[in-house]
Amino acid sequence: MNYSEFLKMIPEAFLVLALILVFIGDFCLNKSERKNAVLSKLAAALLVVVGVVTTSVTPESAFGGIYASSAAINVMKVILAFGTLIVMIMAQPWVEKTHRLAGEFYMLLISTLLGMFMMMSSGSFLLFFLGLETASVPLACMVAFDRHRKDSAEGAAKYILVATFSSGVMLFGISFIYAATGTLYFDDVANVVTGSPLCIMGLTFFFSGLGFKISLVPFHFWTADTYQGAPTPVTGYLSVISKGAAAITLCTILMKAFGPMVEYWNYLLYIVIVLSITLANLFAIRQSELKRFMAFSSISQAGYIMLAVVGNGQLGVAALTYYVLVYIVANMAVFTVINVVEHNNGGRTDMAAYNGFYQTNPKLSFLMTLALFSLAGIPPFAGMFSKFFVFMAGVQNGDPMAYIVVFIALVNTVVSLYYYLLIVKAMYITKTDTPLPTFKSDNGTKIALALCTAGIALFGVVSCVYEWIAAAGL
Amino acid sequence: MIPVECYFALSAILFFIGVYGFTTRRNLIAMLISVELILNAVDINFAAINRLLYPNGNEGMFMTLFVIGVAAAESAVAISIIINVYRKFKSDSVDAIKNMKR
Repeated sequence: MNYSEFLKMIPEAFLVLALILVFIGDFCLNKSERKNAVLSKLAAALLVVVGVVTTSVTPESAFGGIYASSAAINVMKVILAFGTLIVMIMAQPWVEKTHRLAGEFYMLLISTLLGMFMMMSSGSFLLFFLGLETASVPLACMVAFDRHRKDSAEGAAKYILVATFSSGVMLFGISFIYAATGTLYFDDVANVVTGSPLCIMGLTFFFSGLGFKISLVPFHFWTADTYQGAPTPVTGYLSVISKGAAAITLCTILMKAFGPMVEYWNYLLYIVIVLSITLANLFAIRQSELKRFMAFSSISQAGYIMLAVVGNGQLGVAALTYYVLVYIVANMAVFTVINVVEHNNGGRTDMAAYNGFYQTNPKLSFLMTLALFSLAGIPPFAGMFSKFFVFMAGVQNGDPMAYIVVFIALVNTVVSLYYYLLIVKAMYITKTDTPLPTFKSDNGTKIALALCTAGIALFGVVSCVYEWIAAAGL
Repeated sequence: MIPVECYFALSAILFFIGVYGFTTRRNLIAMLISVELILNAVDINFAAINRLLYPNGNEGMFMTLFVIGVAAAESAVAISIIINVYRKFKSDSVDAIKNMKR
């Protein structure tokens, strides 16, 4: 066997190296108060190295095409490493205060990222499946990380059962695609695949399996409970990084392997997008628990993300990547605030806790407002531009159905504005005698919020960010 | 030689037994067993398709091996999580673990 092939998988190789180094660090450092702090800095530094290395490598394919990276995938890897870094920084107070198992948490985090990298740059269904499982099995352990909390155990049980079920359904679909085409490589599948009933059945099963991971609407039932039960940093990770990785993977596989079947999966996407955006918005309005609310918000955002894939167009990958980047900073800002409020006030995450939040913690509520505006897509924040590019990618082929779908999405933006503003209203306007006491944020929260806010403010107006992504995507 | 349709029928029956079990059983372990049935249906499909339709390659067999291995890892994690649930709720029934509001 030719081991030099491994050298072509530089980002993955560096992640494995980071995993080993964190493991050694966890093993060798003696149990002192400083151990967790040292480990978190080590893990964050290693992740920065992975991101920097990924920007500089040229994408290659290895092992006869099982591993096939591209410039657009490399950009997505850098973005996901950046998002994971934010998760790591904002998770620091939670990990250090409540757990003596910091090393384990960082190892699980890095191994899920490794799985996502493998999944994104797979050139065959085999590596795609392995990457997907490497990403979702450790994620279940992370959801169950708060071992003393009942909700965490409940959320993890729901997550792991749905994850295995959905991968079973997805594999069943892949087996029919294998029956129809006789190969598992995306490029070879694209050469032989036709609109035969066997292929359509395989595509549908496959799509529903991955739809579970992105939590699109007919497959979203696990989302609210898992998001609410998981520890807040893990919820943030699930809602942006895991979702972004699964979305870009679905996008590449639909375009690469199922490109000739575009007229079939386009209708599938239309229905799923309209359902996701509309139903999730309606459910989000009546939530009174903030993490649950963000779960429904993330389902509707998933609908917007998939809008970029409609029409199999040139702009799709770039629009999707940019949307995920902007979504990462906005959503992580919200989750950082939820996290710091939760840890300073005995685990409160209900919306009533935020009544009168502005009187006592004006800075935090201002940053949260910016993030919510960006999520809703109000200019001049980055969220408006990302939504614009996604809509543009959706209608670029001029299909009249696509215009209708984009119009429905546009109307739903207004609905989403209403429920995002409900939180803003609670923070600024609602009067209460017992607002949360004033508290001081720790350094991790400050750094994470600074990164996120800079992203929200700048990613939209500094055009080189989109140009960097678009140059790789075309 | 058994025709490939028979394998398809067998795996489809196994798959839908699994789906039925997953949706109707109220016990977490039983749900996990149902998922294993689904994965076994997938294994049969891949092995039979490779053997009967495309005997020149080995891709289906490799896929089967990997699915078996990954399924073992998945059920190990799932069972440990279910044990954790049992410790917290003193039950492994789906009806018992409805702590969070609908």
